[in-house]
Amino acid sequence: MSAVFKRELRSYFTSPLAYVVLAVLYLFSGMFFSTLFREGSPQISYVFSNMFVIILFVIPVLTMRLFSEEKRQKTDQALFTAPVKLGNIVLGKFFAAFLVFVMGLLIAVAGQMIITVFVAPDWTIFTANLLGVLLLGAALIAVGLFVSCLTESQVVAAVCSFAVSLFLLLLDTMAEMLNSDAVSTVTGWISFNGRYGAFMHGILDYSNAIFFLSIAALFLFLSARVLEKRRWS
Amino acid sequence: MIEARHLTKRFGNTTAVDDVSFVVREGEILGFLGPNGAGKSTVMNMLTGYLSSTAGSVSIGGYDILEQPFEAKKHIGYLPENPPLYLDMTVKEYLYFIYDLKKVSLPRYAHIDEICRLVLIGDVMNRVIKNLSRGYRQRVGIAQALIGNPEALILDEPTVGLDPRQIIEMRRLIRLLGKNHTVILSSHILPEIQAVCQRVIVMNGGKIIADGTPDRLAKKLAPSRRVTLRAVGPMQDILSELQKSPGVHAIKPKGEAEEGAFDFSLEPDPDCDIRHVVSKRMAEAGLPVLMMRAEEPSLEEVFLKITDPAYGAVDDEPDEYAAYRQDYNQSAVLNPAPGADPAEDPNRAAAGELADEIFGERPREFGAQSGSEAPETEIPQAAETPEPENPVTGDEKEEN
Repeated sequence: MSAVFKRELRSYFTSPLAYVVLAVLYLFSGMFFSTLFREGSPQISYVFSNMFVIILFVIPVLTMRLFSEEKRQKTDQALFTAPVKLGNIVLGKFFAAFLVFVMGLLIAVAGQMIITVFVAPDWTIFTANLLGVLLLGAALIAVGLFVSCLTESQVVAAVCSFAVSLFLLLLDTMAEMLNSDAVSTVTGWISFNGRYGAFMHGILDYSNAIFFLSIAALFLFLSARVLEKRRWS
Repeated sequence: MIEARHLTKRFGNTTAVDDVSFVVREGEILGFLGPNGAGKSTVMNMLTGYLSSTAGSVSIGGYDILEQPFEAKKHIGYLPENPPLYLDMTVKEYLYFIYDLKKVSLPRYAHIDEICRLVLIGDVMNRVIKNLSRGYRQRVGIAQALIGNPEALILDEPTVGLDPRQIIEMRRLIRLLGKNHTVILSSHILPEIQAVCQRVIVMNGGKIIADGTPDRLAKKLAPSRRVTLRAVGPMQDILSELQKSPGVHAIKPKGEAEEGAFDFSLEPDPDCDIRHVVSKRMAEAGLPVLMMRAEEPSLEEVFLKITDPAYGAVDDEPDEYAAYRQDYNQSAVLNPAPGADPAEDPNRAAAGELADEIFGERPREFGAQSGSEAPETEIPQAAETPEPENPVTGDEKEEN
């Protein structure tokens, strides 16, 4: 696992990919911070909740090539004929992408530190926000990784992941439009926005944490199955 | 060491590999031969566990590749058709990655250094793989397969896309590796298999259609040996003398090769050596023989014959393929063929420098490795030495 993790991380930083992702994350969190400062508000959750959309559209870029590129370059033959378990390969890649994502969040932590200089912050809210964003990232990365297992093309992987993101983004709006109780119950279950919003309010609800973790675990598991199935097709 | 039992692979309705069984003993160099699409790569992918088999099983050193993949994969090094290289890494980074990936316990620096010296990539260690030539990439691919010192090496078309010099180096490397590894390699280039392998499995349409030593295979499938004759004199006279010779089954004039000298391709009756009779007749008729060469049936002819029954007419084949064969065998240097394309000459000169290496190595290898077969290969050589007009025959034999 560590070999794949290290290689993937190195590959992020030898290509423009990680820099682009980090730049976008830094740029937007910087923008939201500046608004926060202009208004003199210590509400860090403003930054985190606005970052939701940015994260939805940045993570596909991070995950698009994880497995599609391996398949296209046929480097997966080295991975899958080495004495390594499939699950470890998937996990190695997942954690590499996750680490880049975490690096992108460091600026939010820095922002929080700056706020601390001026006012005593609400640490509970900050912790909840941070946890929320980490869980959201893990779930989205797992979904993106799964999509990239399905195709040989980075572009297709990116577009499909964007579609998933767009779907998640519009889910609540669609539910409102339909104005049906049954539908809104279902969308309530799978609404990333709703569950993420709970964290933004400083609510540490286990069910929300477990939801994101389950999504991550499920899609990592499915990715391993897809890769396994490819051998049998 | 490697055992495949009733391997079958279907992709949808297409059967890529159909009931293939074979055993590779320790230390053997086995060649898979077949046209493109014969199922060679699929077999190799199944041997290495990259693909699963629809039916049948593979065991590597006693471990089933699907049941105990972890153990089995430790015993194999695999070079797929396209070397699995990460183009954005340097050679060094890449090899260290593979070392970590395979969880090798040998001393890291010394082990990788040794491999690099063996495959001659020490000078490109710090270069990014993207910028390497095809030959270097192929060698990095081999280095990758060698990491962890696996007992068995599976090389899928290791010389594809290499230039003649690199092909020779690659063959030498494979022979060297064959001394302490079990090697399976695939190719659709016959001289390559002939030069390197002790055993050949010919595949076509997903099935094994022949299995044996290169020599035995050639003998079995093409028992009669054609003779090429070059004699001085009026063409009609030579032809009529030949027609009168007993044992000559068919004569095919091949035109004027030198001034006043004509070439003929003679097909003898089965199991009949016509050279004595012909040379005697020619001498009596006062028609000097400039050259007489018994064509060892090359695997190429055998290959075409068995992979395509419709091809049949082996007799028509030599012209078309002679230049191709000479390119690879380097025999062109020692035996300038009549009517060969003069444009190839620069290649031949380059090949000449390297020819010694092959000629020096081959007989020794065959003598040592194929034991009882050695006398068989030497008999024709001995038989030909009395032919004074044919100084090149001995060398020709070694090649084919």
